[in-house]
Amino acid sequence: MFSGFMVNAWAVATIVAVIAGVVGFFVVLRGAAFPAHAIPNGAFAGAAASSVFGFNSLVGLSACALLAAVGIGTLRRRGRQDVVTALALVMLLAIGAVFLSQTTEYEPQIYSLLFGEVLGVSTNELLPVAALGVVCVAGMALLYRPLMLSSIVPEIGEARGVVGHRIEMSFLIVLALATAMTVPVVGALLIFSLMIGPPAAARSFTDRPLTAIALSVGIALVTAWSAIALSYLSNWPIGFFVGAIAAFDYGVGRVWSVLRRPRAREVDTRPVPSV
Amino acid sequence: VLHRLTTWIVEPGFFSSEPVHVALVIGGSAALVSAIVGVFTVIRGQSFAGHALTDVSTAGGSGALLIGVNPLLGFVGFGVFGAAVMDAVGIRRVRGRDLATGIVLGASIGLAALILYFDTTAHATTGATQHILFGSIFTVTSATIPLVIGFGLVSILILMAIYRPLLLSTVSPEIAVARGVPSRLVGILFMAALAVSVGLSALAIGAILSTALLIGPAATALRLTKRFAWALVIACAIGVFTTWLGVLLAYDSYYWGSSHRGLPVSFFIVGAGFLLYLVSGLPGALTARASRDRTTSTSGDSRGGRPRLAIPEELNG
Repeated sequence: MFSGFMVNAWAVATIVAVIAGVVGFFVVLRGAAFPAHAIPNGAFAGAAASSVFGFNSLVGLSACALLAAVGIGTLRRRGRQDVVTALALVMLLAIGAVFLSQTTEYEPQIYSLLFGEVLGVSTNELLPVAALGVVCVAGMALLYRPLMLSSIVPEIGEARGVVGHRIEMSFLIVLALATAMTVPVVGALLIFSLMIGPPAAARSFTDRPLTAIALSVGIALVTAWSAIALSYLSNWPIGFFVGAIAAFDYGVGRVWSVLRRPRAREVDTRPVPSV
Repeated sequence: VLHRLTTWIVEPGFFSSEPVHVALVIGGSAALVSAIVGVFTVIRGQSFAGHALTDVSTAGGSGALLIGVNPLLGFVGFGVFGAAVMDAVGIRRVRGRDLATGIVLGASIGLAALILYFDTTAHATTGATQHILFGSIFTVTSATIPLVIGFGLVSILILMAIYRPLLLSTVSPEIAVARGVPSRLVGILFMAALAVSVGLSALAIGAILSTALLIGPAATALRLTKRFAWALVIACAIGVFTTWLGVLLAYDSYYWGSSHRGLPVSFFIVGAGFLLYLVSGLPGALTARASRDRTTSTSGDSRGGRPRLAIPEELNG
């Protein structure tokens, strides 16, 4: 389980979990589950395009995910946000399907790009993944204060010169970078599970943001590691375990907050999600 | 000249092909039902819930394939079940709603991944993933038509039965509560109608793309008119038009180029719907820009929020 080709899987899953734990905290805070679900499909289309035209898949993944983030961010300002997100999502999926329909290994490839594959990353891709991970975490650190302000008290944020839509766009771009590299491993449809399950659970355990981020990274690591181990042992697809364990995390969080803070819901001042 | 034009637009054999007839009937019915349900979905701000149901029905369709029953039964059955689960985990409360939706969505995609894996390993059925996720309307047999029309009628009948309380609790929840409308029951029945319509479009354009038929035509129609009845009519027209256009283009695409691979039907349907949505936003964007130039105040009325709808007379009376 820890030998040879599996080393890559463990390394990448660790990076993916750290990114998902950090970025996911803000996804949950901002109620951005739907865009977090939509943007990775840009990476899916990019991976499909690069397999047809034969260019570097790292370039295809990141470029198309960024394009998707900018497109969704722009369109979301004009029109109903959930409608725009839904339509962009299916459009990206359909584009990816068209590209893949022109290749010979349609079926297995479409499956592994959508639902993930433990062996999806080779050794020479490890360094770029790690570099992108560092960029994402640095980006979140840079955006931390304005993002917290505009997520929790948008009015005060605006008064201090935090422009809502610019923050939104920067956040979507970091989200795109974070999802781009993780698509070949966890799959376009399931990376967002890892981004909302662990942070949602972490937020039920603590109210302090930095503690919650650390906790969220920890839960995401356990989730990703157990998904790989279970997938290796059972030979079942990794996506199933990621989806199921993330739902389990969320359930534990819900039960905990019901048991510990029965009155918390009434004094809760969390912002209403916009989606 | 007319003859050459028609053969240029429609490749030979289109009107005499049996699979094309079935595709036009099934696609058209699915588009009609989805457009009507979609208008309510968009106004109620439940696009994410609608999309989540498509992913739940993905698992159902793959399961149906595994045990060898009609995928449509799997799509609809799991969709209705998923709607009930989402109601149970608290989809009604605005706070935390998108989180609960996302968790149900993620878990059901994971389940779909597992069942599709069983499909390909146990049965050695090639094409299961593509078949369920991205649809293959040309392979649907004419025996499915009665089933499609039956489910479509169920969905429409539910909507007709709850039409007035649904509309009231959608446009002004406060008045609905004051008048004693059972909002919870109405909401659940609506989710059931939504699940059935999602199942139908899943058969037509594939499970994870069915959101396109649900949201696309309805959102475009609501940008073009503020009147509810007109929105329904326009959404139906757009839905059927884009679906039939998609079937036609996919049929033609087989003759494009020399490879004779053809392109997926769902790509054309999704693409046409997306383009129409973008184009329908242009007039609003231009007026907004013009009024901004005049007054320097940004009064874009179509920005975010619920579209202002004229409440029908009978609801006010």
